Amino acid sequence: MTTAEVPVRGVKVNALGLEKKAYQAAPSTLCKGCGHDSISQRIMNVAWELSLDQTQVVKMSGIGCSSKSPAYFLGWSHAFNGVHGRMPAVATGAVVANHNLTVIGVSGDGDTASIGTGQFKHAVRRNVPMVYIVENNGVYGLTKGQFSATADLGQRLKYAGVNNLPPLDICMEALAANATFVARSFAGDPKQVESLLKAAFSHRGIAVLDIISPCVTFNNHDDSTKSYSWGRAQETPLNELNFIPDYAEITIDGRYEGELQVEMHDGSKIVLKKLDPDYDPTDKLNAFRTLEEARQKQQFITGLIYVNEHERPDLHELLHFSDTPLVYLPDEVLRPSRETLEKVLASL
Amino acid sequence: MSIALHEAPPIEKEQPRVGSVVADQYVNNFAINIATTNGSGSQTSNGVLLRALFKMGIPVNGKNLFPSNIQGLPTWYIIRLSKDGYLGRKEAYEIAVCMNGRTAAEDMANVAPGGMVLYDESLPIAARRDDVTYYGVPVGQLVKEANLPYELRDYIANMVYVGALSYLLGIELKEIEEAIAWNFGGKPKPTQLNMDMVRRAYAWSEQNLVKADPYRVARMTGFNEGKVLVDGNTAAALGAIFGGVTVVAWYPITPASSVADALNKYLPQLRTEPETGKATFAIIQAEDELAALGMVIGAGWAGARAMTATSGPGLDLMAEFMGLAYFAEVPAVIWDIQRIGPSTGLPTRTSQGDIAAAYYLSHGDTRHVLLFPADPKECFEFGWLAFDLADRLQTPVIVLSDLDLGMNIWISDPFEYPDRPMDHGKVLTSEQIRALGGSWGRYKDVDGDGIAYRTLPGTPHPMAAYFTRGTGHDEYARYSERPDHWEANLNRLARKFETARQLVPPPVIERRGDIPYGIITIGSNHPAVVEARDLLRAQGIETNYMRLRALPINQDVHDFIREHERIFVVENNRDGQLNLILLSEEPCCGHKLTSIARCNGWPLSAEWIADAIQRQI
Repeated sequence: MTTAEVPVRGVKVNALGLEKKAYQAAPSTLCKGCGHDSISQRIMNVAWELSLDQTQVVKMSGIGCSSKSPAYFLGWSHAFNGVHGRMPAVATGAVVANHNLTVIGVSGDGDTASIGTGQFKHAVRRNVPMVYIVENNGVYGLTKGQFSATADLGQRLKYAGVNNLPPLDICMEALAANATFVARSFAGDPKQVESLLKAAFSHRGIAVLDIISPCVTFNNHDDSTKSYSWGRAQETPLNELNFIPDYAEITIDGRYEGELQVEMHDGSKIVLKKLDPDYDPTDKLNAFRTLEEARQKQQFITGLIYVNEHERPDLHELLHFSDTPLVYLPDEVLRPSRETLEKVLASL
Repeated sequence: MSIALHEAPPIEKEQPRVGSVVADQYVNNFAINIATTNGSGSQTSNGVLLRALFKMGIPVNGKNLFPSNIQGLPTWYIIRLSKDGYLGRKEAYEIAVCMNGRTAAEDMANVAPGGMVLYDESLPIAARRDDVTYYGVPVGQLVKEANLPYELRDYIANMVYVGALSYLLGIELKEIEEAIAWNFGGKPKPTQLNMDMVRRAYAWSEQNLVKADPYRVARMTGFNEGKVLVDGNTAAALGAIFGGVTVVAWYPITPASSVADALNKYLPQLRTEPETGKATFAIIQAEDELAALGMVIGAGWAGARAMTATSGPGLDLMAEFMGLAYFAEVPAVIWDIQRIGPSTGLPTRTSQGDIAAAYYLSHGDTRHVLLFPADPKECFEFGWLAFDLADRLQTPVIVLSDLDLGMNIWISDPFEYPDRPMDHGKVLTSEQIRALGGSWGRYKDVDGDGIAYRTLPGTPHPMAAYFTRGTGHDEYARYSERPDHWEANLNRLARKFETARQLVPPPVIERRGDIPYGIITIGSNHPAVVEARDLLRAQGIETNYMRLRALPINQDVHDFIREHERIFVVENNRDGQLNLILLSEEPCCGHKLTSIARCNGWPLSAEWIADAIQRQI
């Protein structure tokens, strides 16, 4: 575990003795006001607050504006900016090789909902232990403004014209692939993003976080559901979230009546304030219905849409491998003996 | 009731002569073409025959010519017996076993003059040749009399030809029985059911067939002692296991799936923690070949020894990731068990058509290290060595096997235990980073070999991390679009490739003297080239021989080309892909190089190679 060598007096530090700025990285090169940058800020805040050891975190991404963002947070973490739509496979390989690693996958709507839909769904299907963030703006930014598969039906863009195809709903796809944690938020809602991120970090298995992240350059028209103004006006929070890390004293605020506690794998809990008294995020059928109704009303539901980490094992459990991460197994364990080779040869 | 048409005095059964040299050209010196129906279970019978002959000390080679089909289409298995120890393919066959009516006419027509045919009597046989001996066997009747469980009938029926052939050729029933027992893992019930059928057919043949052809087998010594019978893909998997493979990601494809099958078989046996029963490995069947290589790259980046196995179409899909691994410098091992392309091609036929694609796989200035194993022993060796090379060079290593080597069963020298400890290459620990004061450059060449130091994710030091990317970067892994950074980085990668020349397995050279002709080949062509050189020698043409085991080439290859007036580059593809690569490496000697290339689905034969070379001289 990495800690600050000399804690500075009077500066707020976390359990590792680190200031918040220790979680920063290179300055962003994204457009000013980009929703992705606010998400990076949320990740830094949460990682600091949870006292994540950055050296045991890996930041995985594909190609696109969103995929550049891992350069702009957690500077002490290894990062892998791979090929378009293939982040899930690289992340899977890395976490299978070393299951001590905490994996943050950052992807975009082009990456996840078009070129990499297959890999996304199979990572969900395998329940790869990772936080899978989709920075969803409904548009291809780096190639200057083409529609993505999450663009709204009938939406108009300056160069691309009118989109005549229905959007692909990332949360719905995740649910259909049997995700054990599905949430949606809005980059302009820092409190909710941070709460969901904290819950996601404590989740056992894959936690899919679809964060609507307005593109200030190519997709911030008021009639786009991925714009700031639309997001603020149409956001329908499902539940108010409060996250209590397991190392903190659990205090329940009196305001949280009718709350639903969901215990996470590591012992921590998320507390949901149900705005809709009937919403139960462990009810999968209801989650499907809620997403579909929201789609029909062109609303976007935010909050924890579905969670059930006891539904099925994660990939590590399925592979039933050594408690020691595979990369730390010594050579003498990995290379069978001379006598073993003789036995194998005798059996041929 | 069936009789042989051409009767001849039965040949007395001869006792084996220890240390004998077989002089009779009809003894242990012919090929058997067994035609059956795919999915009928004939693989077991054919394997039993091959194994029994091997255990009798006879040099044998089996080639499975099977359709891309699960059940119903014709399939052939060709067993070549060679008293002189030649293990390559032979063009002609002397014995046809016809159990499939759809192909019987053609199979019989192609028997070498003087040969023999063993056929299922129920098949309609239209044309009989005068120069061939025919033996009909009532397969259906014999199976019926055996009173077998209904569901096993079709499978065990194939043991009829095993019994009949054993009688006609003199294959020892004791060896047949042991081969059957081996095949069924020593289980008595299936061994007995199958062996009963063999004995029944043998007894029937003894009573009803009159041996009228000259072909037979005899126990011999001097060749098979100490050797094993194994397919290349099993050897590859075992080699990987002794190389410490920890992560396997793959997608099913013929003819590479049996690499993963063997890993699935042997890894749990050889690499389970005794105390916990937990695995020291992970095998993931990916959703496609892109994901398979992506997982391997992720694992290799994290420090694991990771591999995949695929064939041509899968290799195509891996192209983008291969470029990433080359450029971001991530170790990975890729086994390409080649089949015929382009496109889906003939999925169950062999070829060496991926050499050029593999060498330059991916866009931009990309070049990969290739290894060419020639036999199962070398599949095992390259199985572990590929990991050492990938880790040392921080780059993907592609092992180019082929269907013939990978899926067919070969007589092989026993595998040699790795002769050196694992080489994990240049990896900095947190202590080393501390000693460096946290200052290091992921892509900085500090000692001139083009290989920079890397760190693994999880290294507990704040300065250990770096940003891995497929985009332009400077020596410190920072994003850069500067022309000088780009050029310096790519030139360093070229320098690394020069280092690779010194690290890959050198070619194997066999010189017969100061003669003008040299042959260069790769991989599974080896046995055919060995035999072709003897055929050429019989014609008065001497050749020197170099078997390439890797690309890039080293100085030995340059020297060999320069030493000879003519070089024949033998390979199993249309365009002479290896020859083209050698031309680009030795442009001044281009006039010396002659491509001897062919690709029709068959492994190259010695006759064809010798003939093609002779026509060039």
